[in-house]
Amino acid sequence: MSEDKLPESHGSAGQHEVATHGDPFADPGLPAHEPRRTDIDERAAKRAERQVSLMFVVSMLATVGFIASYVAIDADKIVYIFPLGHVSALNFALGLTLGVALFCIGAGAVHWARTLMSDHELPAERHPIEADDEVRADVIEQFKTGAAESGFGRRKMIRNTLIGSMALVPLSGVVLLRDLGPLPEDKLQHTGWDLATPEHPLPLVNMNTNKPMKAEDIVVGSLTFAKPEGLEEDDEFFQQQIAKDALMLVRIAPENIKDKDSAELGFEGILAYSKICTHVGCPISLYEQQTHHALCPCHQSTFDLADGARVIFGPAGHPLPQLKITTNEEGFLVATGDFAEPVGPSFWERS
Amino acid sequence: MKKLSARRRHPLAALVVLLLALAATGGLYAAFAPAEKAQADTAAQSLAIDEGKKLFAVGCSSCHGLNGEGSSDGPSLVGVGSAAVDFQVATGRMPAQQPGAQVPKKKNIYSQHEIDQLAAFVASLGPGPVAPTEKQYTSTNPDDVAAGGELFRTNCAQCHNFAGQGGALTQGKYAPSLEGVDAKHIYEAMQTGPQNMPSFPDTTMPEEQKRQIVAFVRHLDEEPNPGGLTLGSLGPVTEGLFGWIFGLGVLIAVAIWVAAHTTKARKS
Ligand code: FES
Repeated sequence: MSEDKLPESHGSAGQHEVATHGDPFADPGLPAHEPRRTDIDERAAKRAERQVSLMFVVSMLATVGFIASYVAIDADKIVYIFPLGHVSALNFALGLTLGVALFCIGAGAVHWARTLMSDHELPAERHPIEADDEVRADVIEQFKTGAAESGFGRRKMIRNTLIGSMALVPLSGVVLLRDLGPLPEDKLQHTGWDLATPEHPLPLVNMNTNKPMKAEDIVVGSLTFAKPEGLEEDDEFFQQQIAKDALMLVRIAPENIKDKDSAELGFEGILAYSKICTHVGCPISLYEQQTHHALCPCHQSTFDLADGARVIFGPAGHPLPQLKITTNEEGFLVATGDFAEPVGPSFWERS
Repeated sequence: MKKLSARRRHPLAALVVLLLALAATGGLYAAFAPAEKAQADTAAQSLAIDEGKKLFAVGCSSCHGLNGEGSSDGPSLVGVGSAAVDFQVATGRMPAQQPGAQVPKKKNIYSQHEIDQLAAFVASLGPGPVAPTEKQYTSTNPDDVAAGGELFRTNCAQCHNFAGQGGALTQGKYAPSLEGVDAKHIYEAMQTGPQNMPSFPDTTMPEEQKRQIVAFVRHLDEEPNPGGLTLGSLGPVTEGLFGWIFGLGVLIAVAIWVAAHTTKARKS
């Protein structure tokens, strides 16, 4: 960059009309005040007032539209909208109406300020941040003046529509809270294994082969994943179901099982544990066959499968639930009931 | 008389005797040869076991005991089978270089012939998984990759990562990366469950499924990477780090550069 572009060299160029030779930075002052159309023409002012109110009314209607679409449109409905392509009708309607509602409040306010509020230029001196009593009194005075000048009290239509639109908009948020429901009731207490009873045991199906397994198929040191019989991968709710039903089967030499109750729930050292971490529900199956530890990859909760899946490290609050298994007359592994406690993460009502 | 005696040694007699002798030898050979061959086989087998035992005494017995019965330093090898020996020795994990949470892979010092001898000795201690033949782990069906991918995600990905890059386990143990691992060794690892890896025996994961998984893992190696840098295929961690350090770092550097080159910053 050359010297002549530096600020010092600008003054002498003498291109600014107000800059005289002796004072290159003279204050040009404020331009003369020009009244707006709405200041002199009462009809224009009325029209502007109606426009502002119209925008607030549109905002109210949009909020009502938001609530209506939330209630009326099916969450699964997909529609084709030209530049966007295939979109969810519900999301599109919610976004559009809420956008219009907020935009109209803003646009109305801006229009109001530009056409109807006082447009006197007021130079304000810079001053220290802490204000003395005099300044505070001045501020209150200014606020009152501002309120009077905005015509908020005078222009009733604007006031009412503004209050209406501002009051309605938060309803959109309140309506959305419904998505937190419905309450799960006792769904978290049951899994697909609750179909099993001692009279009608439910076979364990190998996730790899999709076939029931015999006890001798599971060897010491192996890891097998199982699901309840009757749950098929093409079922509509397979993913929701397997998120609760998934089992990991390990076999530990009976003399290495430290927890008596756990050994009893198993069959000859074969133990069936829920695969869902009791912390926040990640699938865990990082099983170490020599230490019998299962690790959760999400937050490193470690469970000792030889000791009733006791938590030996990490944030999980409960041991992994264990399923009671045995074999039926043909020698296939079966479950005789559901898990004794809910699988997966802790929740308030959890036993 | 002379004529008669002369006829007793007919010129062709020698030929007849020769033919008879040949037939007899051939017959005898046909009768005894298979037995001899079998004898040769068992002899070769017991020779391999003997040789293996010698190798074992030198390389393995200090931890696993003279007869593979195990000690406080190493588990018993009765029943681990030849597949386990082939995997552990051929990948250099055994003999272990030092005790620790996990024995790492290292350079193998045995020839395949010696490994087979060691395997023969260990297999003779008790029945166990047999090292697979090439047919068992080589897939010829292109669909196997897709099927194997599914099985991999169900059974292996939790430890070895969805792209086979491996991952950490507890207390210094880890699941090794599967990159560049021999198809045979992948198969054997599933069969035998080395170290802390659980095993996937044929009863719960049939031979064919193991072959499919091997096909998928080998495919991961060959697959071209359209994005250029894989950043370890570890997912959001490395990618995020890269974005923050390189992406944002460059932006900050540019911002500083721009700020340092405006007129205002220039000292007059
Ligand atoms: S989800 Fe398993 S440790 Fe957090």
